Amino acid sequence: MDAFITQQIDAYYLRIIIIIGINIILALGLNLTTGVTGQLSMGHAGFMSLGAYTAAILSLHTTLPFVVVLIAGAMAAALFGIIIGIPSLRLEGDYLAIVTIGFAEIVRVFFLNFELGGKAVGLAGIPQQTTFSIVFLIMMVVIFLNITLLNSHTGKALYSIRENEIAAQACGVNTTQLKILCFAMGAFLGGLGGGLYASYMYYISPGEFGFMKSIEILNMVVLGGMGSIPGTILGVIILTIAPEFLRVVADYRLLFYGAMLVILMIFRPNGLMGDIRWYDIKKRLPKKEVKKCQS
Amino acid sequence: MPILKLSDISMEFGGLRALDSVDLSIEEHQIYGIIGPNGAGKTTIFNIITGIYKPVKGNLFFKDINLKNYPPYKIARMGIGRTFQNIRLFQKLSVIDNLRVSAHGISKVNIIANMLGFPNSRREEKQIMLKSGQLLEMLGLYEKGMELADSLSYGEQRRLEIARALALEPALLLLDEPAAGMNASEKIELIDTIKSIRDNMNLTILLVEHDMSLVMNICESIAVLDYGRKIADGDPASIRNDEKVISSYLGMGA
Ligand SMILES: Nc1ncnc2c1ncn2[C@@H]1O[C@H](COP(=O)(O)OP(=O)(O)O)[C@@H](O)[C@H]1O
Ligand SMILES: [Mg+2]
Repeated sequence: MDAFITQQIDAYYLRIIIIIGINIILALGLNLTTGVTGQLSMGHAGFMSLGAYTAAILSLHTTLPFVVVLIAGAMAAALFGIIIGIPSLRLEGDYLAIVTIGFAEIVRVFFLNFELGGKAVGLAGIPQQTTFSIVFLIMMVVIFLNITLLNSHTGKALYSIRENEIAAQACGVNTTQLKILCFAMGAFLGGLGGGLYASYMYYISPGEFGFMKSIEILNMVVLGGMGSIPGTILGVIILTIAPEFLRVVADYRLLFYGAMLVILMIFRPNGLMGDIRWYDIKKRLPKKEVKKCQS
Repeated sequence: MPILKLSDISMEFGGLRALDSVDLSIEEHQIYGIIGPNGAGKTTIFNIITGIYKPVKGNLFFKDINLKNYPPYKIARMGIGRTFQNIRLFQKLSVIDNLRVSAHGISKVNIIANMLGFPNSRREEKQIMLKSGQLLEMLGLYEKGMELADSLSYGEQRRLEIARALALEPALLLLDEPAAGMNASEKIELIDTIKSIRDNMNLTILLVEHDMSLVMNICESIAVLDYGRKIADGDPASIRNDEKVISSYLGMGA
């Protein structure tokens, strides 16, 4: 399968497609924490690097199967997600953002000084086990599970925390438990994406998982629409492809990038798809006719 | 045994005494009203019953459970549903999903099973949709089920708050100024709705109002609150003739 795809698709495009797949996994994780439950996390790259380093070190030093390596990376990130999630329960908005930035920074500085992780130089020669079909398969499973979760009543309870926490509690929602759960799930997906990334890139270093990376992923969630799965996917696609086009204007890339976001936020403050609900688009259409008859 | 009993409840906010040794006793199946001018402490009583605030003094019992020891979400799960004076809906969720949040609160299915859509959870979800549909119908919101909560009119939003509280299958329903902002005909409709909810769903209702006519019309028992103190309680007729009430509250309107 992968051999066939490598033959058919130009290496440059294939690379972009695979990165999109990995970014979708990363961003759907952050979407759970920030988009759905509304806990502003600006340290997603910290979870990503925990997953990346765990997976890279395991595949360099052990013969564990790739799936086990990936899950170990994701679990390591999830563990830290819980550790970060618990003190964060008392914090909101800006304060939580600062804690998560601090956390990601601590992780980065740790790996800068971590012997087994190659310190500032990073790790090279990571077995390249991430292929198109593995990314595609994992991405589909992640999307599917996200859809099932967010359509369930537990999913609606997660949204209710973002919408109005006091009312959520008055409806019997254990907001503490669900917030930690979301932090853990978000971190798990961050770590999973990180593991796939490490094994795809062959080489990783602490610098790649800095503040800019966290902001990049956050932008994808915000652009597409907080809490929306199709929105997040669209946000990922746009923001993964856009820099490629903007390469032409090399020096002004960040300027364009920023301007694009500002313009979008002015015209669609809920994100591109944040206020579109797919399941009742059909149901809405006939209703309009009924209203006409009445008037 | 009363379904809800407050004894000697006091509450303070940075030196301001919002409630001063309040006693209340509400019998099962009653419609009980608390009246009092703005700032009397009515909403504060609701916030104490639902666990948002912990009283500085006193005890409160729901059946025989001391509510002081429980967080808000557990109190809700015990069967105390409420509405808010300043509407607190889940604006970006659909009308029916607002009710499904309450259904989550009392769900018997494990979270993981629900997240992964196991068969037992699917069966439960079906039941929930059915029940939520019935509640929406009862409150005249069925047609709006798929709309976002923030697209509803003011009156509809107030009714959705009631429907969402009922989705908890409560034994006690707390309504905080349910008639606020309604016109005369809407108020009459509301009175019917409240009475039929009590009769059909077999629950106890505690409501807070500063609209006298509504309370006199609908409540079997009334307590009057003034500056955090209960100055009278009894049936509507005795409240109407109570001197303290007349001088401190009814007199204001005259
Ligand atoms: N969270 C709070 N912080 C400070 N003061 C409060 C708080 N909640 C209520 N109060 C005060 O307590 C008093 C009673 O308020 P409230 O219960 O809302 O009155 P009511 O509902 O009868 O109009 C008011 O003086 C109000 O300002
Ligand atoms: Mg009030």
